[in-house]
Amino acid sequence: MITFDGVTKRYADGTVAVDDLSLEVPNGAITVFVGPSGCGKTTSLRMINRMIDPTEGRILLDGKDVTTVDPATLRRGIGYVIQQAGLFPHRRIVDNIATVPFLLGWDKKKARDRAMELLERVGLDPKMARRYPFQLSGGQQQRVGVARALAADPPVLLMDEPFSAVDPIVRTSLQEELLRLQSELHKTIVFVTHDIDEAVKLGDTVAVLRVGGKLAQVAAPADLLSDPADDFVREFLGRDRGIRRLGFVPAKNLALDPAPEGVTPEGHGTFNPARDSLRAALDASLLSPDGLAVAVDDDGRVLGVVGQAALVGAARG
Amino acid sequence: MDEPLVRWDWIARNWDNGGPTSVKVLLENHIVMAFVPVVVGLLIAIPLGLACARYRWLYQPTVGIMNVVYSLPSLALFSILLSVTGLTQTTVIIPLTLFSLAVLIPAVVDGMQSVPDHVRQSAVAMGFQPMRRLTRVELPIAVPVVLAGLRVAAVSSISLVSVGALIGQGGLGYLFIDGWQRQFYTPIVVGIVLVVALALIADLVIIVAQRLLTPWARRRA
Ligand SMILES: Nc1ncnc2c1ncn2[C@@H]1O[C@H](COP(=O)(O)OP(=O)(O)OP(=O)(O)O)[C@@H](O)[C@H]1O
Ligand SMILES: [Mg+2]
Repeated sequence: MITFDGVTKRYADGTVAVDDLSLEVPNGAITVFVGPSGCGKTTSLRMINRMIDPTEGRILLDGKDVTTVDPATLRRGIGYVIQQAGLFPHRRIVDNIATVPFLLGWDKKKARDRAMELLERVGLDPKMARRYPFQLSGGQQQRVGVARALAADPPVLLMDEPFSAVDPIVRTSLQEELLRLQSELHKTIVFVTHDIDEAVKLGDTVAVLRVGGKLAQVAAPADLLSDPADDFVREFLGRDRGIRRLGFVPAKNLALDPAPEGVTPEGHGTFNPARDSLRAALDASLLSPDGLAVAVDDDGRVLGVVGQAALVGAARG
Repeated sequence: MDEPLVRWDWIARNWDNGGPTSVKVLLENHIVMAFVPVVVGLLIAIPLGLACARYRWLYQPTVGIMNVVYSLPSLALFSILLSVTGLTQTTVIIPLTLFSLAVLIPAVVDGMQSVPDHVRQSAVAMGFQPMRRLTRVELPIAVPVVLAGLRVAAVSSISLVSVGALIGQGGLGYLFIDGWQRQFYTPIVVGIVLVVALALIADLVIIVAQRLLTPWARRRA
């Protein structure tokens, strides 16, 4: 667990980047820091691995004040991924990934083996290992960045807008990849972004910061969307909050009616109650001429239907 | 007059005649006097350049001093040094070292600045200690820019050595004075050809070294 305890950062020129931040980042989950440009997200993140030291307050990593730990030692135990990937241009991909194992003095072969394993883990072709960073696309470089951060298997991962420099399609696939990795690895991740959609998609918890470095709200994504703490958060969340919130409500509790004669998945929108959200069910209903969303199981068998009135009722809670 | 531009028999006789002004000896002296300033210059420029890159306030004054030195006529420097080091190679080597510094210090500073900030930041975040970050990340990335400066320094050093002939230590430059005094062109042509060849070879060696040292550098068409 990472604990921010009354943390303030005032830069030499007087700028208050982070103002009295108190927050707990739970282990094994993704906590997203989100907010407009200049609200102190990067500063907050960098205080965790001591690239910046707080002016006031303390940051505890599993109960231990980080300022009592030697910075280099601390950092080797914390993965770090940034926007431009920050790969070393003069090192081959495999050696980029093995950076921290090398620093930790692992045997060369063991470090490279580990790097190869991670290369595959993040979905890259092992052929890429011998390339240099400039021979990779932006999305591939980001994957290498993630692999490098994971190389020494640190319990904590800090990610500063890691996916914001790639195009939307690549971004989506990187996000899914991260969620897939996290479901296997259960790291303690602090993820910084200015994109609220990314925040609600990835975060188990979302912390919204406002300019001036003040914490506006900390909540699970669904709660954030349904109960913004104030006008700033409401405005930051943007439009369609109601619809977007439905994305976090599982469809499995919907009461299904028996499918009327002649209603088939063809010509109707469908959803899978076992894995889809209420948002998907509503979307399915909007795609059907008669307004009936057809529930199907993994094998495509029809389980029943649900009408728009029932969906709206479920959406109200 | 049907004197040919080049008299091959002169070259054959003077290439290695055992005397102090045989072309071979002059060539060897030329190489030493051109090479030493560049190597010494590089050894001085690296720490000085690193200091300038680290402490920005040092940079402008250093470049200012170096530009003044660079603007001094080499002959003036030779005359000042004559009273200290006499008619020796050192009298030529010292000013040329200063000239090469004027090129190499900015090259080292530019090289350090060519390290992208996100690369430096990520090195810090991975847990590199400062010295290791410098030797394993920053300096290797600075190599292409430093070598570009080294090419300029090497070629200009090779051409500047000739001026030392005015104090009797100019390597191949002796051939220009000799030829001019005797109105005899063969030594002049030989001198020019050898100086140019030397410059081309030095440049080529550095280019090859760069290809080998930095296979990672993005090739620009
Ligand atoms: N070294 C510094 N010296 C002075 N002020 C700084 C420094 N670094 C950041 N700031 C200021 O502190 C505030 C917070 O900066 P920070 O980089 O943490 O913001 P951010 O939320 O990460 O923004 P962005 O989304 O643009 O990356 C900004 O007003 C910024 O200008
Ligand atoms: Mg930032």
